[in-house]
Amino acid sequence: MADQSNPSFSLSAWLRGNWPILLVLAALALVPTFAAATDNPFLIRLFTRAVIFSIVAVALNFVLGYGGLVSLMHSGLFGVGAYTVAILAFHDYEATKFLGLFAGTDNLAISMPLAFLCAMGVAALTGIISLRTSGTYFIMITLAFNQMLYYFFVALQQYGGEDGLQVLANLHFADFNITKRTTFYYVAVGVLTATIFVFARLVQSRFGIILRATSQNERRVVALGIPPLRYKLMAFAISGAVTGLAGALWASGQAFVSPSDLSWVRAGDYVVMAVLGGMGRVWGPVLGAILFVLLEAYLPSWTQFWQLPFGIVVVLIVVYLRGGLVDVLGLTRSKSASNTEGGHA
Amino acid sequence: MTPILSVNNLYKRFSGLVATNDLSLNVMPGETHALIGPNGAGKTTLIAQLQGELAPDSGTISFKGRDITQEPPHRRSQLGMARSFQITSIFPQFTALANVSLAVQAQQGHGFKFWRDAWRDPALNGPAMEALATIGLDHRAQIVAEDLSHGERRQLELAMALAMKPSLLLLDEPMAGMGRQDGQRMTRILSGLKKDYAILIVEHDMDAVFALADRVSVLVAGSMIATGEPQSIRTDAAVKAAYLGHRS
Amino acid sequence: MTLSLFIEQSLNGVQLGVQLFLMSAGLTLVFGIMNLINLAHGSLYMAGAFFAAMFIKITGNFLLAIALAIPCTAIMGILMELIVLRRFYARGHLDQVLVTFGLILIFNDLVRMVWGVVPVPMPVPALLSGSVEIMDGVLYPAFRLAILSVGLVVALGLYVVVVHTRTGMWIRAGASNRPMASALGVDVQLVFALVFAAGAALAGLAGMMAGPITAVQVGMGEPILILALVVTVIGGIGSIRGAFIAALMIGIVDTFGRVLLPHALGSMVIFMLMALILAWRPKGLFPVHG
Repeated sequence: MADQSNPSFSLSAWLRGNWPILLVLAALALVPTFAAATDNPFLIRLFTRAVIFSIVAVALNFVLGYGGLVSLMHSGLFGVGAYTVAILAFHDYEATKFLGLFAGTDNLAISMPLAFLCAMGVAALTGIISLRTSGTYFIMITLAFNQMLYYFFVALQQYGGEDGLQVLANLHFADFNITKRTTFYYVAVGVLTATIFVFARLVQSRFGIILRATSQNERRVVALGIPPLRYKLMAFAISGAVTGLAGALWASGQAFVSPSDLSWVRAGDYVVMAVLGGMGRVWGPVLGAILFVLLEAYLPSWTQFWQLPFGIVVVLIVVYLRGGLVDVLGLTRSKSASNTEGGHA
Repeated sequence: MTPILSVNNLYKRFSGLVATNDLSLNVMPGETHALIGPNGAGKTTLIAQLQGELAPDSGTISFKGRDITQEPPHRRSQLGMARSFQITSIFPQFTALANVSLAVQAQQGHGFKFWRDAWRDPALNGPAMEALATIGLDHRAQIVAEDLSHGERRQLELAMALAMKPSLLLLDEPMAGMGRQDGQRMTRILSGLKKDYAILIVEHDMDAVFALADRVSVLVAGSMIATGEPQSIRTDAAVKAAYLGHRS
Repeated sequence: MTLSLFIEQSLNGVQLGVQLFLMSAGLTLVFGIMNLINLAHGSLYMAGAFFAAMFIKITGNFLLAIALAIPCTAIMGILMELIVLRRFYARGHLDQVLVTFGLILIFNDLVRMVWGVVPVPMPVPALLSGSVEIMDGVLYPAFRLAILSVGLVVALGLYVVVVHTRTGMWIRAGASNRPMASALGVDVQLVFALVFAAGAALAGLAGMMAGPITAVQVGMGEPILILALVVTVIGGIGSIRGAFIAALMIGIVDTFGRVLLPHALGSMVIFMLMALILAWRPKGLFPVHG
């Protein structure tokens, strides 16, 4: 026990064990500079995608890696956040009212928190049903709920249905214009940094420890006098809310949302990103998301059939690479070093 | 004196098989009560009903004078009933200390605290170290649980039960799978705990049972056939016939 | 709603129901017995349709093509089990999800390589291309009627096999208690392979029957896979009877939901039904495991 007298979270202690994330974030922050130097603006677009997917993958990993919950509905929750922003912007632009009740808004300071709350609400409601079941049931039910959300947005003809919804309003955050490509990219990196920090604290809090314990041995948690369901539900709602926030960023950055953002294949992709990067660390999934987005962007230029090698890579990872990239790079904490943390962090 | 745990006319059937048959049992405060019986007598089924994992078909269970027959397991734990499992049940990826801290946390109440670092919280680690010291595992506090030896994991399990500050310990074969030396150490630890806790212990190791127990109950085919002091149980003809004789 | 529309939609609902049952029978047994969640089950559905379309092109004979395509799909299922999935029975569900997700990507690209990206047409056989007057003034496509009948016959056959034969007894024993089944001397490996082959053949058959109605194209198995998962979960994982009842229920509710309810609600109605049923019975209507 390093420091019995100081119960508060120590950032410097955390960074001592997690320094590589600083390198990753610094590298991400340098992307616009690099893109300007090489006159390759496509890079900013690509990395905006990577950063937003990173936020989802980190949020997903909170329930997946720490809670043992294989959720296949995170693309749906992402979509809820994205559509919240897009639909409010749509009504603002058209000067109509949502369901004839509320005016729209192009102010992200309003619509982003709403996206966060809507996704949290959907996650909580679906969580109440799905978390009462275990293992396989949970996977299948989250997948079904994802499809429910997908078809729901496909069916909303007013908002573009299958074709998606263009954001025509000029979005702004309070008095700031954040939609300029480079500015927006830095905002996204900032949100990612905050997300990592928040989840790093969460997994070491009393709440987070109960969640982790539940995934290791739920029966024992019950025998200790802790009812696990409410902790899992809270974790799922938090994860869903952050995912919705990522969706809101997506809708603002792309100025476009479509049901394909909610497809269950994308939900599977998020799981792949988390596992590929490494579920043992809060920030591991960031590596997975970046690699995923790069592969997705550059594999098709080598071969038309890029999903085939990609599928094989996925299968091989599952068979041989249990710890993800974090493990390959030798960044998994050794057991003796884990002691001050009370467990593998 | 009112019993701390009182089981009355408990029945449990599994599709034709009667696992618990009109079973009644009292555990007095401060008493170490051993439950013995041949394999398949229904001992673990009984423990599971006491702890709330299984619901009895009929009959009542009261704990500290309160009917808990319908209470879910986590409520019973909160009321002060701590269970150790026959098959070691711990959190393999946490250190020994973290395992016990979690039990302390459960005992302290709700865990909706999202910000403070619980690994460094002396309010958790202090009592946890105490519990580890009580069972002599404090020198292994920083070892990840899956790297502990079998005997140490059994001890850890007991430390977790103690950290819940229970008024009744339900110990399901605490010496299961232990060698002679580990078993003797566990017997010493348990005899140290005797004075502070009411204990209901299921155990096959007869030396341990007769060394520890104030009273012994014998369970055969779901029914309680005898309850009494260790000496009288040792000489009880029916028990010999049903159990002891058949073992030797 | 007029009576004729009601009858037509009822038939459509039952027809979707039997197709869903063919899909979910394999899924539920594979999960119940091998404890494996197989997302690539939809790829077998797709493979069945592509094999059938290919054999029709070669032989020009619909029935012969079906007769050739079914064993092909079954063999594909066996290979999938033998080469990959067998290693994953004991692994966690996350690994199973990932590996079968990877398999979907692989199969989709393999199909693109072999058959191209353009949907392959699958003609309805001449004999079944017309309509049948099922009652006064109510016409119903003969092909859909044929699907319905074949589906019901196969479902009935499957039920008889599972519930009344020795093989079926092994399968049910395996689904409810695997260690017990092997202790009773059931050749578990053989049962696994058998169940996988049968499940693949049924999924393939469902795909072949859907081919002429929808199009034979890459990714066609995925929407139906998710409906089949809903059926499996509602019916209770591992239960053939549950799958059959849930499949008909979903088929009918989905069909009428789309006709009767506003568009956005109609597409969600079966998922809401699932949520309601699971809120009431978390293990489905006919739970197999305790």
